[in-house]
Amino acid sequence: MSELIKVGMADYKIGRNPDSLISYGLGSCVGIALFDSINKIGGLAHIMLPDSTQARSAENPAKFANTALPLMLDDMIKMGAVKSRITAKIAGGSQMFTFANATDVMRVGERNSEAVRTLLKNMDIKVIADDTGGNYGRTVELKLDTGIYRVKTIAKGEKEL
Amino acid sequence: MSDEILNLSSIQLDALKEIGNVGAGNSATALSQLINRKIDMTVPQIAIMPLGDVPDVVGGPDVMVAGVYLRVFGPAPSSILFLLPRDSAFYLVDMLMGREQGHTTTLDSMDESALMEIGNILAGAYLNALSHFTKLTLLPSIPALAMDMAGAILSVILIQLGEMGDHALVIETEFTTENDGVKGHFFLIPDPGSLGTILSAIGVKE
Repeated sequence: MSELIKVGMADYKIGRNPDSLISYGLGSCVGIALFDSINKIGGLAHIMLPDSTQARSAENPAKFANTALPLMLDDMIKMGAVKSRITAKIAGGSQMFTFANATDVMRVGERNSEAVRTLLKNMDIKVIADDTGGNYGRTVELKLDTGIYRVKTIAKGEKEL
Repeated sequence: MSDEILNLSSIQLDALKEIGNVGAGNSATALSQLINRKIDMTVPQIAIMPLGDVPDVVGGPDVMVAGVYLRVFGPAPSSILFLLPRDSAFYLVDMLMGREQGHTTTLDSMDESALMEIGNILAGAYLNALSHFTKLTLLPSIPALAMDMAGAILSVILIQLGEMGDHALVIETEFTTENDGVKGHFFLIPDPGSLGTILSAIGVKE
């Protein structure tokens, strides 16, 4: 039986075929899906902030892109994934509320997506699908039998990356 | 733990709860006058919880809600978020626009303005109480509205909290009308440093 593994905010989980990893209601957060398509091992991280070195409290590494990704990658490799085969799909990073003069606080979604792209590039992981930005929430599901990354929204329908 | 909110004393928590109580009372009165219905409110619950658990307060991260968000300016900058389940938002809009209940199924721009105005009035009433207690001048920004998944809307304030720690101090009040038509959740989230300013201002800093 395949299992649906829930990934909470500021958390990450890994799994293998035939399970799925799901995270509900992403706004400005980014859902990063890593997948090894041969071994069918994957991971899903729901990060809130780009960089732990810029935060006052960095106790939970899964909260930040720069600390969550290396940990999740390590866990996947321990499970049997091969680094050179791992690709990434990312979604989220919205700006939920629009103000005339948006401050940095409001643009955190954009900063999150940008940081994640830079980080993945530095880690030599190719981003093969990117559904970031906009002003709406997303629920994301990584299907570990196929590597399909399903993005569900309320107003913009559903798509498969 | 570095979370300042985990170190709050019971006196400080009680003080914050009392502010929440009076603030929410003001808001409930304003809402009651606006829609000409009796509004009941629960005694505010104060809870310190992991950030990821906050969406469960309103039914889970994928529940559809309307959120009105305002920034608070002044010596204790904060964010205010008023969350309504979708049906409550439609109910309020129908009531304000003088339409039959159940008429609204999607929001047009007029409806959105009406909801933002409700958020504005509730936030204003709440801030009046907070200003009165603290003698701090606190002014709300213009409101912004979103209708989406609760987790997505809450992420805006949870990310701000995430820069400071892993827990949220949630002072939460539920509003209900006599026939149970409207429910709402009110969140006040102080920016880094603002909680200290508020506690100092009401004399319970230590």
